[in-house]
Amino acid sequence: MSAIGELSSMTRRKGPMTKEEKKANGRDNKAAYVFLLPWLLGLAVITVGPMLMSLYLSFTDYNLLQPPEWVGLDNFVRMFGDARLHNSLRVTFTYVLVGVPLQLAVALVIALVLDKGLRGLPFYRSIFYLPSLLGGSVAVAILWKQIFGTTGLVNQVLAMIGIEGPGWISDPNTALGSIILLHVWTFGSPMIIFLAGLRQIPVMYYEAAKVDGATTLQQFWRITLPMLSPIIFFNLVLQIIGSFQSFTQAFIVSGGNGGPSDSTMFFTLYLYQKGFGQFDMGYASAMAWFLLVIIGVFTAINFIASKYWVFYDD
Amino acid sequence: MTKLQTLPAASGGPAEKSGKNPRRRESRGSLAFSRSARVKGLIKHAILIVVGGVMIYPLLWMVISSLRPNDLIFREPGLWLNNLEMSNYTDGWSALTHPFGHYMINSAIVVLGSIVGNLVSCSMAAYAFARLQFTGKKLFFGIMLLTIMLPFHVVIVPQYILFSQIGWVNTFWPLIVPKLLATDAFFVFLMVQFIRGIPKDLDEAARIDGAGHPRIFLRVILPLMVPALATTTIFTFIWTWNDFFGALIYLTDPDMFTVPVALRAFVDSQSATSWGSLFAMSIVSLLPVFLVFLFGQRFLIKGIATTGIK
Repeated sequence: MSAIGELSSMTRRKGPMTKEEKKANGRDNKAAYVFLLPWLLGLAVITVGPMLMSLYLSFTDYNLLQPPEWVGLDNFVRMFGDARLHNSLRVTFTYVLVGVPLQLAVALVIALVLDKGLRGLPFYRSIFYLPSLLGGSVAVAILWKQIFGTTGLVNQVLAMIGIEGPGWISDPNTALGSIILLHVWTFGSPMIIFLAGLRQIPVMYYEAAKVDGATTLQQFWRITLPMLSPIIFFNLVLQIIGSFQSFTQAFIVSGGNGGPSDSTMFFTLYLYQKGFGQFDMGYASAMAWFLLVIIGVFTAINFIASKYWVFYDD
Repeated sequence: MTKLQTLPAASGGPAEKSGKNPRRRESRGSLAFSRSARVKGLIKHAILIVVGGVMIYPLLWMVISSLRPNDLIFREPGLWLNNLEMSNYTDGWSALTHPFGHYMINSAIVVLGSIVGNLVSCSMAAYAFARLQFTGKKLFFGIMLLTIMLPFHVVIVPQYILFSQIGWVNTFWPLIVPKLLATDAFFVFLMVQFIRGIPKDLDEAARIDGAGHPRIFLRVILPLMVPALATTTIFTFIWTWNDFFGALIYLTDPDMFTVPVALRAFVDSQSATSWGSLFAMSIVSLLPVFLVFLFGQRFLIKGIATTGIK
């Protein structure tokens, strides 16, 4: 079961203790906490502690040099009137709302084509998967900067058929699109998850449908899609959470400034500039918590909406 | 078949079925030997070859371009090579304050530390979650799952303050210590899933023989979860090798640069004329990831299919 499946089943199952849990009244607390020690320490020092600390800092003015000064809701009020921040939200939302569905759609289509014992599957799978391993690297961002540049590979190819392309990443209208394309390019990992999901759909469903005379399209809508919906949901939640935090590609392609004219200024990039460029740590903390709330809201909407379209077999 | 594939929990969910399914699928495929099926197959291959070709082309072109004189990068979209030009590699290697190998060694140190950290700390936590009964287990397990999805940015500011106060900026510790403390919860989850698939009788037998938990963990569980450890190793390698954000924040001294920040410094320092050497070093930086991909692919694919990691 996936991490998300596990989480949602934890909230669903509220019955009495299972037999196994009852039997284990002889607990091994001492041993367990010894084994958990590194994790507990990390939870306290690396995760929860800093989370609380950043919540506190979000109500302060802090530049690392002077001690934090309590300013109440000032940072949040400032965010409300910060036009660059609003722009960065717009850029990030566009990236997530266009990039994620597009990437998942490509992943699903290719997984469907690859499924059903196609000859050469391992080879194709490797080819499609490789970019998602490399896509997060600085090296590939550098490559992207070149191929979508004014004299880059894309425009060289376009010139061969007589089209003079724009400078994709130097034009504010197309810069974000080039980075979205980079995200779509890394469809390999959701594709592999889809392939694993397709494997688990019992073949007898299709056989029964065929006996009843269902067309391929009907089989897709009535069997594949519902049976795959938990996997689609899982991919959707994970990709949305991940995409909101995307940073490296926009940073490298834009040379660190989110340009041209802030068209690739992701929320995380702006946060980085505020926190680690200007050492406005209070404001950066407030932004980080705002990001957490946004991601939380999106995930919650996803979970609520899933009741209407995700089909659980059990 | 690897052990990873035969253990039900490792493939998640109704995995018991998946062992049989591929075989059944094949038989379904061979039934349909009609002409239309063959045409359909051809169309599928055509789609896959075109899509795959478009996807891989930029990477191939980067490799070829790195072996060409610089000016050709801006006017030669093809893949043919007249003669091998190695100067991009020699120029790129020594373009920064240190030879590029210096940054690769730095990266290797961080990667090695992270791998050891993840293997030790995550497997210990996973053993507790999968096999031991303790107060607060459900709560902690839920928290662990939630931290998988926690955005890094929420903790980065105070983490930076903490590490800078103990003087760890421009050391590798801020990049390695969190791994020693099992903060990559994804791997904890991956290993929990795996251990759940190991028959409990083995533990029981060891317990009857008088073994305590440390012994059962070291002698029974660890040797059986090698595939999960391999998956963890490979993913940790790739993610740490590619990690840019952490290195960007904690490593500002060129002596300490890892490969991604060194490349970034390279991009910033060069004008548009030296794309060749930039490409060359980019390829050098991707090579280890590519090799790991080549040899560890089955663990990677099994790994993401299991937990849905990126």
